Amino acid sequence: MSAEEPTSRRFKENVREAMADQSLQKALRAAGGGFVAKRSAAAGAVPEFEAIRDAGRDLKNHVLGHLDLYLAEYEGKVTAAGGHVHWAETAEDMRRIVLDICRKAGARTVNKGKTMISEEAGINGFLEDNGITPVETDLGEYIIQLRHEHPSHIIAPAIHVPAEEVETLFREKHTHLPADRNLDDLSTLLSEARTILRKKYFEAEVGITGANMLIAETGQSVIVTNEGNGDLSQSLPKVHIVLASLEKIVPTLEDAATVLRLLARSATGQEMSVYTTFSSGPRRAEDPDGPEEYHVVLLDNGRTEMVGTEFQEMLRCIRCGACMNHCPVYQAVGGHAYGWVYPGPMGAVLTPSLIGVEEGGLLPNASTFCGRCEAVCPMRIPLPKMMRHWREREFERNLAPKAARYGIRLWAFFAERPALYRLATRAAMFVLGKLGGKRGRFAKLPLAGGWTDHRDFPAPEGETFMAAWAKAEKTKAAR
Amino acid sequence: MSQPKRPRVALFVTCLVDMFRPTVGFAAVGLLTEAGCDVEVPQAQTCCGQPAYNSGDRETAKRMARSVIAAFEGYDWVVVPSGSCGAQIVKDYPLLLDGEPGWAARARALSSKTREIVSFLVDEMGFSPTDVRFEGKVTYHDSCSGLRSLGVKAQPRALLGNVEGLELVEMADPDVCCGFGGTFCVKNPEISGKMVSDKTANAAATGAGTLLAGDLGCLMNMAGKAQREGRPLKARHVIEVLAGMADGPAIGEGRE
Ligand code: SF4
Repeated sequence: MSAEEPTSRRFKENVREAMADQSLQKALRAAGGGFVAKRSAAAGAVPEFEAIRDAGRDLKNHVLGHLDLYLAEYEGKVTAAGGHVHWAETAEDMRRIVLDICRKAGARTVNKGKTMISEEAGINGFLEDNGITPVETDLGEYIIQLRHEHPSHIIAPAIHVPAEEVETLFREKHTHLPADRNLDDLSTLLSEARTILRKKYFEAEVGITGANMLIAETGQSVIVTNEGNGDLSQSLPKVHIVLASLEKIVPTLEDAATVLRLLARSATGQEMSVYTTFSSGPRRAEDPDGPEEYHVVLLDNGRTEMVGTEFQEMLRCIRCGACMNHCPVYQAVGGHAYGWVYPGPMGAVLTPSLIGVEEGGLLPNASTFCGRCEAVCPMRIPLPKMMRHWREREFERNLAPKAARYGIRLWAFFAERPALYRLATRAAMFVLGKLGGKRGRFAKLPLAGGWTDHRDFPAPEGETFMAAWAKAEKTKAAR
Repeated sequence: MSQPKRPRVALFVTCLVDMFRPTVGFAAVGLLTEAGCDVEVPQAQTCCGQPAYNSGDRETAKRMARSVIAAFEGYDWVVVPSGSCGAQIVKDYPLLLDGEPGWAARARALSSKTREIVSFLVDEMGFSPTDVRFEGKVTYHDSCSGLRSLGVKAQPRALLGNVEGLELVEMADPDVCCGFGGTFCVKNPEISGKMVSDKTANAAATGAGTLLAGDLGCLMNMAGKAQREGRPLKARHVIEVLAGMADGPAIGEGRE
C-alpha cells in the first residue's frame, strides 16, 4: 500500500474511519501523553538544550547550502573503505538498485532494520513481488509486517496496535509454541519476538538498514535503535545495504554528536537510544565480523527540488517524531489517516512535497496552527508556517475548495469596507441575537453544519461592540 | 521626550468580540482605563486578516494588514483582547509585509507596540485588579497563539490570583489546543469535535464551574461543546472576570 498507492486524497474518509476505530482509539489513548512527559523531562534535564537546538538548526542549514560538497566527500570516503554508493533519483530507482544487489547476492531472505526510506520507496512489496522475503527485525515493524500493515508513526511503527492485540497476533502466528505460554506483558512479547527473529538473522543473505545520519568526514552511517536489531541485521549477512535520503548527511563526527544529543531526547525522552551503531564499510582483514559487501543507496525523490524553496527547512528533519507526539490532530486520528508514509505535522509538510499537492493537499489544511509541533521540534522547523505555504500554493493555483474561496472573498469584501461591514454585522448580530433569544445558543444553524454537528453555536449578545461604543461616546459628548 | 503620563491606547476589538461579545470590549476599556490609559477605539477597524492568511489568501491578508497598520500606527500602544489576533499583528504582519518598501518598517513598528491585553496590563502597566470579587472555582485554558507566540501564561494566572473569592484549579493539558483553529473547526469538524471534547472533559474534571480563556474563538468552541454535552460549565473571557463584569450571562447562555 503506502508507497505504491497513497490515500492522502481520502483524508476526510480516513479520519472518519479512524475516529470510529475503537481499537485504534484505545491504542492512541494508551500511548497518549507518555512521550510528551518524557520529552519534557529529558529536555528539561539539559540546561543547554535550547542552545543545542540552535546548533542543530544551524548545522543543517549549513549542510543544505553545501549538499553537493558533503555528499561528494561522503561518497569518496565510502568508496575508499571498499563500499559502494548508489544514487537513486526516484523511488523506482531505489527499488531497482536494491533488487539488483539482492539478486547478485543470491538472496532469498533479507533482514531489515527499521527504515522509513524503505517505506517511502516501497521496498518490501517490491522484493516480495520478486520472490525475496523481507523480514522486519524491529519489534514494531515485525508486528505490523505480521498484520500486513504499514507504520503509523515514524519511530513507533505499531503504536496503533493495542498490547492485547499483539498477544492475540503472536498466538495466531507462532503456532509452533505452546498455546498456554504466558504472554502477559511487554517483556514476554519482546522475548518471544526476539527468539523467533534471532533464528532468522542467520538465514538472510542481505541485511538492509536505514540511517539516522551519514557522516561526510568519516564515510560512516549511523543508526540508533533500542533493540539492537540494527547491529544484527547489518553485521551477520554477507551484504549490508544502507538506505538513506541524501539530506541525512552531516559534515563531521562532532556534528553527528550534536544531532544525537537532540534525537533521543526529543523522540522518546531517553538521553541516548540503547544502541548507536556506526557502520564504516565492508569487513576489513583484521575485523572479527562484518559484511563482505557494503552498499549505500541514496534517495533523492524530490528532495533536491525542495532546496531553495520555502520548503527547504523541512529537510532539517531528523525524524524524531516529536511533532506527531505533540500534535492533537495526530493524537486524534493516528498515522494511517494521513494516507502515506509520513504522518503528523512533518508528514503534512513533506507529503505534498514528495508526492504532489494534488494528492497531499488536505494534510496541511488539517491543522489548527496550534504551534505545539514547532515548539518541540529539535531542529526548529517552522511546521505551521510551511503548512500555510502549502495553503497559499493551493490558493494561488485555484486548488482550494470553491466554497472556501468564495467564503473568504465575500468576507474580505466586507472586512475591507469598514462602514459597510459595520452595517452588515450590526444587522446580522441583531437578528442572530434575537433568534438566539432566551436560550443564548443554536443547536442548528443554516450553513454552519460543520460547527453545529459537534457543538452548539453561541448566540451573539445582540448589539455589536462598535455600535454600542459609538452610542456610549455620543452620550458622553452630549453630557 | 518623556513618555506621556497616560498612554494613548488603541483598542483593537477583534471581529469576534465586536460581533459576539461586546461585553469583552467594554471589559477591556474598563481595565485599560483603570490601569491608567486613555483608550480610543479606531473606527476603521474590522478584522486582523487572519482568516484570509490561514486560508492561503496572502494578498488579501496583506491588504488587511496595511489597513490595520494605517488605522492603528498613530497610538502609543495597540491592545488586543485576543492572543491570536495579537500574534497576527505582532508576529505575522512583519513577515507578510517583509520587503515591501515603506510597509515593512511600518509593520515592524506596529508589531513592537502591539500587545495582548492581559500581558499588556501586567508587563507594561504593572496593573493588578483591586476590589474585584468572583465567587467560585475557575479553570484557565491557554489559547495557542497567546501562549506559544506571545508568551501569555503567567500573567492571567497572576491577575486571577488577585481576585477575591476566586479559586483557580489547573486542568490537565491546559496548553493543548481546543480544536477551534479558525476555519479548521468547520473544515475538519470531526477532529475538531474530538479535540474540544477532550478539552471540556479536562476542564470539567477540575470541578470548576467556570472556564476562562483569553480568546473568544476558543471560548465559543468550548462553550458550545460544553453546552452540547450538557456540562454545567460556564465559559467567559478572562477579562470579564478581571473587570468585575462576570455577572451577566456567560457565552452561549440564555438571558433570563
Ligand atoms: S519535523 Fe521536527 S519534530 Fe518532527 S520529526 Fe522532524 S525533527 Fe522531529
